[in-house]
Amino acid sequence: MNYFKGTGDYVLSPELKDNVNVSIALARPLLVKGEPGTGKTLLAHSIADGLGKKLIIWNIKSTTKAREGLYVYDTVQRLNDARFGDRDVSDIRQYIKLGKLGEAFNSEEQVVLLIDEIDKADIEFPNDLLNELDEMSFYIPETGDTIKAKHRPIVIITSNSEKELPDPFLRRCVFHYIEFPDEKLMEDIVFVHFPDLEKKLLREALKKFYWIRQFDMLRKKPSTSELIDWIQALIAGGISPSKVEKDLPFLGTLLKKKEDTDLVNQSGSAHYGYSSSVRTRNVY
Amino acid sequence: MFINFFFALKSYGVPVSLHEWITLHHALARNLNDCNLTKFYYVARAILVKNEIYYDKYDMAFLDTFKDIETTDEMLEKILEGLKKVKELHLSEEEKKQIEELDLDQILRNFEEQLKQEHYKNHVGGNKAIGTGGRSTQGAWGYNPAGIRIGQGESRHKRAVQIAEKRSFRNYSNDVTLDTRQMRVALAHLRSLLPIGPEEKLNLDATIDATCKNAGELEFIWESKEKKAAKVILMMDVGGSMTPYARLVERLFSAASSQISRFKHYYFHNCIYQDLWTDIERRESISTQEFLKSEDNDYKLILIGDAEMAPSELTWVNGAIDYWYHNDTPGLAWLQRLRDKFKDSIWMNPLPRRSWGYVQTARMIGGIFPMFELTLDGLDEGVKFLMKGKGKFFN
Repeated sequence: MNYFKGTGDYVLSPELKDNVNVSIALARPLLVKGEPGTGKTLLAHSIADGLGKKLIIWNIKSTTKAREGLYVYDTVQRLNDARFGDRDVSDIRQYIKLGKLGEAFNSEEQVVLLIDEIDKADIEFPNDLLNELDEMSFYIPETGDTIKAKHRPIVIITSNSEKELPDPFLRRCVFHYIEFPDEKLMEDIVFVHFPDLEKKLLREALKKFYWIRQFDMLRKKPSTSELIDWIQALIAGGISPSKVEKDLPFLGTLLKKKEDTDLVNQSGSAHYGYSSSVRTRNVY
Repeated sequence: MFINFFFALKSYGVPVSLHEWITLHHALARNLNDCNLTKFYYVARAILVKNEIYYDKYDMAFLDTFKDIETTDEMLEKILEGLKKVKELHLSEEEKKQIEELDLDQILRNFEEQLKQEHYKNHVGGNKAIGTGGRSTQGAWGYNPAGIRIGQGESRHKRAVQIAEKRSFRNYSNDVTLDTRQMRVALAHLRSLLPIGPEEKLNLDATIDATCKNAGELEFIWESKEKKAAKVILMMDVGGSMTPYARLVERLFSAASSQISRFKHYYFHNCIYQDLWTDIERRESISTQEFLKSEDNDYKLILIGDAEMAPSELTWVNGAIDYWYHNDTPGLAWLQRLRDKFKDSIWMNPLPRRSWGYVQTARMIGGIFPMFELTLDGLDEGVKFLMKGKGKFFN
């Protein structure tokens, strides 16, 4: 029985850990959503590490088709080979290349399969995979073979919710929404990355970070990964905690848009920044 | 047993299916929730709810169903009610050591016995039974490192009902006004329903030709086919009664321009007349007449405004709100011209739908343009309306 306890280099909430175990026990894909930079992809790495299993990553792009994950039949190669007679072209099997999903099914031991950013693909993409994920098998008409999973892989799917996912697909998943970590959890996360970070610097940096995140108007709110970059920069630059408190050095690592930087710079004190949120009526 | 939870979810509008409900029972049969209501809350949410915008509704349904349920956590609280807090105990090092030698199993057994015998009521300062301030292995505010701590100070395990009561996902609900990311998702419908961009396709004839010319050396000719892209014009009311929404709408624009390849935007104040402003301060403008002549009519037109103004601004010559602005044609006529030109057009209103009936101008504009609320749901609805081409059949 697989039981995921978490790993030392990845901090996660107990709810997420429970949900990972629920999805493993029920043998259903775990669909993870959340703000960018909350560690959705890293979760799969951590699960693979924690359970000591191999990780297979299938990165989805806007042009990815569901079939590519199963297998690709390299007809062009076969046609080329036919002209020179290099290989026996009647053996179609050698021109069938398994995709990531096929690889995971065909593996001798149980693997963790990460389907990364499933919402990037066409809207029909998840529906095309329904049967394969349910039955954990698929049929190759060219050779008449059926690839069946020897061990049901642990499937983790991430989504940035750029597109809605179809209902039949959602019904088969266990869903977890990663909330943005609160200050307490964030401290733990940062400490995993910087074990000997000065407490005072961390506290000041977090205070500023959560203050910036309060701005409703930001085009892109800074996320965990940006915070870690920022702290890295603060350490490398030898910035003292009092300087972080007074002004914001290396703001460019946190905010990536000019409008956002302007907005934060304009609203000098924490008070004003809060009241300039959208919901405030500000009629002149 | 708790089938009413299923119906409560349904009645709050969470889309749960029987399929998921049965999955939940599989999970419960394997005791994945550890007989714990808090864990049940999360496990059931993971299985039943597939979108964070329903988390708030799930919380409310959960509250309705499980508000008065008695959990083990609550039993502990009842035990504590019977106890009174006394001064903290001071022990010598030696005494502390003695206590540390007790092992956990023994303590647990002892604890269960105590529970059975209901010794806990109003017991203070003893050494064996449950009480406060004593050296016994159970109770609060006492000293025993191996002891069982009952509900002392802040519990580390929040009760599920309390978590649900917090309703921390209220902002994710789909009927609050939008933030950039949500708008982008809604606007993605515009894009996703119309496939854009080149698609690679083998051109068989050209391939045969090229291969022949190459003396049989294979040469593939791929052709890219450009598909129809969504074309969108946004017009936004700025200034006056729209000032509070200006920032919101500005964000809508910034979200929109990243989603749609052919995208134009203009500004107006309350109503559209002979000039369309191209900047938010309303200094630069183009002629509406020219605009109507030159643009293709297959653009989707989205107008954003609260449609709240004096009726004269719509119906009078020189009725525009700005005293320096003279219009020969009443605003209503301009709106009608826009509507005639762009059949696929909608009006998004940041005011709630229930208030439209009370605003005369909102009713007038609602007679020309199909009107939707500027919320995630409304935007979804409006965009679907546009994409299905229902605009042609409106009025």
